[in-house]
Amino acid sequence: MSNLSRRQFVTIAAGSVAAAAMVSFPFIARGANQKVVVIGGGSGGVIAAKYIRMADPTIDVTLIEQNKYYHTCFMSNEVLSGERTIDSIKFSYKGLNKYGINFIYSRAINIDPVAKTIRLAGGEEVAFDKLIVSPGVEFKWDAIDGYNAEVAEKIPHAWKAGSQTVTLRKQLEEMKDGGTVIISAPPKPFRCPPGPYERASQIANYFKHHKPKSKILLFDANQAFSKQGLFTQGWEKMYGYGTDNSMIEWIPSHEEGEVVGVNVKANAVIAGEFEDEYSADVLNIIPPQTAAKIAIDSGLTNDSGWCPVNQKTFESSLHKDIYVIGDACIAGPMPKSAYAANTQAKVCAEAILSELQGREMATPSYVNTCYSVVGDDFGISVAAVYRLENGKIVSVKDSGGISPLDASAQTRKYEVAYAHSWFNNITDEMFN
Amino acid sequence: MLSQILRYILFSIIGLIFSLPVMAVDINTLMLVNTCVGCHGPNGSSLGPATPSIAGMSKFAFIQAMQEAKRNERPTTIMGRLARGYTDEDIETMADFFSEQKLVVYPQQVNAEKAKKGARLHKYYCESCHRDNGRKDEHNSGILAGQWMPYLKISLLEFLSDRPAPTKMNKRLEFIAESYGKDSIDELVHFYASQKEQ
Ligand SMILES: Cc1cc2nc3c(=O)[nH]c(=O)nc-3n(C[C@H](O)[C@H](O)[C@H](O)COP(=O)(O)OP(=O)(O)OC[C@H]3O[C@@H](n4cnc5c(N)ncnc54)[C@H](O)[C@@H]3O)c2cc1C
Ligand code: HEC
Ligand code: HEC
Repeated sequence: MSNLSRRQFVTIAAGSVAAAAMVSFPFIARGANQKVVVIGGGSGGVIAAKYIRMADPTIDVTLIEQNKYYHTCFMSNEVLSGERTIDSIKFSYKGLNKYGINFIYSRAINIDPVAKTIRLAGGEEVAFDKLIVSPGVEFKWDAIDGYNAEVAEKIPHAWKAGSQTVTLRKQLEEMKDGGTVIISAPPKPFRCPPGPYERASQIANYFKHHKPKSKILLFDANQAFSKQGLFTQGWEKMYGYGTDNSMIEWIPSHEEGEVVGVNVKANAVIAGEFEDEYSADVLNIIPPQTAAKIAIDSGLTNDSGWCPVNQKTFESSLHKDIYVIGDACIAGPMPKSAYAANTQAKVCAEAILSELQGREMATPSYVNTCYSVVGDDFGISVAAVYRLENGKIVSVKDSGGISPLDASAQTRKYEVAYAHSWFNNITDEMFN
Repeated sequence: MLSQILRYILFSIIGLIFSLPVMAVDINTLMLVNTCVGCHGPNGSSLGPATPSIAGMSKFAFIQAMQEAKRNERPTTIMGRLARGYTDEDIETMADFFSEQKLVVYPQQVNAEKAKKGARLHKYYCESCHRDNGRKDEHNSGILAGQWMPYLKISLLEFLSDRPAPTKMNKRLEFIAESYGKDSIDELVHFYASQKEQ
């Protein structure tokens, strides 16, 4: 018997949260199993669900996701340029079956924070003890005159990857050489700060190889952008940026760059204070953003349109036992990126586990990294390590930052290979 | 009694389902290493094609890699920026974890001809320190056998320029590059990449 007892103190490790010993005989300690529900099977949600199950298989974990397949936004700009296929960014949840997560493929409509239930599109109700919400972003459909969800099927935003990524790719392929593309970047904060600029880069790369007379007008509601110096350097080197023949023209907000309307008939955008109209062959409107609809409808957002949370646990500041991670939450200096959502999910999982197991929480540690592939053999990155100080997420002094401006051509090339490795490793962690 | 046996069985099954190594890991260690695995792969075994695996690195080699990255003493694309976010204690804690992980080697496209030539070079010039075809990390050199090819190549080119290494290794590498020609570096890379796990 003593052998068996000793066995009980063996812990299961997973490059992940450890398990059994800390559970301290949950079968006895608790009557019914604790029920954790996760809304949203994306960068944050799947990691939270998986890590809780790996650490404590006695906790009942249910994941509610509206789609059977997940298309990663990350690397979707490489689908636009034809560097990769749409199938290479498509993932099913089957690989997660081994963790014993219950899947409900449905849309969550509302959360009742008092009764602690979630209503689904089919009318069913799901109860929870703890709820993690990682639903991503919603678009402010009233922000751009003449642009709405229906129009977006023809004039795509492609800011949630999937069918619109395919539509936009097709439009780029069908466009004549010498045509013009307009991309409009929304005001901050939005999902993936370097994303619009990486998109312009990837499309320029496609044009360079296949339609060299074509141009990209990048309208921007901001005056400056993420990794700007590095992008500019890459554009100068590869796409003639700054010359009369530049393939990319960047129009910041103080030069009338903010898109305020779309003229669908004329395939044009209306931009700036004077509401000038600019037509193009292909339009890509990335609308201003808020936290996803479910977060707004359930009262998890504040005036900013995003969800305030406790920076240590990601528990909502507005509703107890509901946690918000990923793009939807306000996480201090952390940007809205997949890697940020990934490490937030792990911190949040540990916060919930420690509470359910009645022990002290580990010291939280968060990281963000974000690669951008600017062109052939030209990759750049931004990275940051964060810790908690006085209840706030802060960037660790002297750490992080962007790729050096004076890096060698070799280094830029290596970063492309590392960007693709990052994609392989993070999607493996999400879906396997 | 019965319930304890049941529990034992249950834990064994769980162990099987996840097919994971069974051992105790402290929660604070996991919190730290979990910030790395999104880039370095599950338990530090990278799915490639380039980011290095760090599972099974000796503790010494791991700490040296992090400290040199921190102080910009070895060229890195991103690890310098990341390593500066962790204390010496954090690094030691993570070194303990990763050095205990078993390296998972994924197959790579290896040219058998090159690997064969590389094997000969390795045997004469490198095996004395990187024993068992680069599998043993007893000289605290990091992972060679089964490492991702682009990373091996990058490392060797860095050693040929300014990354610090034992004088003996530097001299031999330079000698190889000079007398066996440029391809010799590739041959070594193909040789190490062709090594399977043990
Ligand atoms: C073009 C582009 C490039 C990018 N590149 C990078 C990059 O290189 N690196 C990086 O780190 N990040 C990148 N990102 C950002 C990254 O995609 C997001 O930050 C990340 O996916 C956010 O994770 P999340 O869990 O908050 O939301 P998501 O990953 O969007 O997941 C939300 C999930 O919730 C589901 N959902 C929403 N509402 C409901 C509901 N009511 N009921 C049921 N299910 C629901 C959705 O279907 C979705 O599957 C990029 C984004 C874009 C647009
Ligand atoms: C953004 C992706 C990324 C993250 C996150 C990351 N690494 Fe790295 N790591 C790399 C890359 C790329 C290299 C190759 C060196 C370089 O170019 O920076 C590397 C190299 C290393 C090496 C040297 C390996 C060798 O064989 O010498 C070690 C050790 C290491 N990382 C440890 C860590 C640890 C520990 C963490 C978490 C605290 C971590 N890394 C997080 C990408 C990452
Ligand atoms: C005198 C012993 C010695 C000899 C001989 C030697 N090495 Fe090394 N090697 C080391 C040590 C020690 C390190 C770790 C150095 C460091 O990274 O700071 C190392 C590191 C390396 C690395 C980097 C591993 C990593 O993960 O970053 C590679 C690759 C390598 N050696 C290849 C070779 C090759 C090829 C040869 C033969 C030409 C060789 N070495 C000969 C001792 C040796």
